[in-house]
Amino acid sequence: MTSAMDITRAVNPPRAVFVNFPLGHQTGKPNDPALQRSIVRDALRAFETISRPGEIVELPYVWDANDRRWEETDYTDGFLQGRPPQEDTDRFEAERRRRYSNGEGKSA
Amino acid sequence: MPVDYIPRTRELYRAFKPYQWVMNETAPPWTPLKKPLAQSRVAMMSSGGVLYRDQTRFHREDTSYRLIPKSAVREDLSVWHFGYPTKDAEADPNCVFPLEALRDFEREGVIGELCDSAFTFMGGIYSSRRVRDELAPRIVEELKDRRVEAFYLVPA
Repeated sequence: MTSAMDITRAVNPPRAVFVNFPLGHQTGKPNDPALQRSIVRDALRAFETISRPGEIVELPYVWDANDRRWEETDYTDGFLQGRPPQEDTDRFEAERRRRYSNGEGKSA
Repeated sequence: MPVDYIPRTRELYRAFKPYQWVMNETAPPWTPLKKPLAQSRVAMMSSGGVLYRDQTRFHREDTSYRLIPKSAVREDLSVWHFGYPTKDAEADPNCVFPLEALRDFEREGVIGELCDSAFTFMGGIYSSRRVRDELAPRIVEELKDRRVEAFYLVPA
């Protein structure tokens, strides 16, 4: 399952399915189970339909028919802005483990 | 138009030595399905940094992996990865870890059986040699132990 055609061509796996979505959404948009199901169903089908080693099936899904600007900006400068600093990550980590060890779960 | 991520990576990380991408020029190995998918045991692995409950999070250059029970629900899952914006995957891990769809397909008979565990790691590993020599052989052993017949990989 890939959204990076050039990397997948270079790696040349036995079977691949491509969806032209921004990185981090290889199997669909958040909270859109119908789209996720459809993409994964297409990917599973490719196990049975790909017969030539190295074939890449291109799926027809479009991220946003009215706005393709993400193709210009994905994975460019600023892409990783907004990532939490290490101290926040560590604090988040401690809190996550505490909640689960208390049996409180993620949303507690 | 597909985005060309190799030149974008070179540009984004221009302060560093250019990354040596894996380039496989020979024909890939080929293992035909032995049975229809509807009779096969299927496993899934994501490199999106998905964690189950209180599992230890990943760190940079981490070639360890986690087993996620196939019964896991969203409340059980969180995401740690430094190399892509994880906001959407945190809101719904199925963006990079489509466990819910695969469970549906098992119930509906599209796949014969979903493996008892899904596999995750954090794909931000600089050394492809370490992925090949450290991570991949251990995953192969896991798959053989579980008699997995089709393996669905989701790089994030």
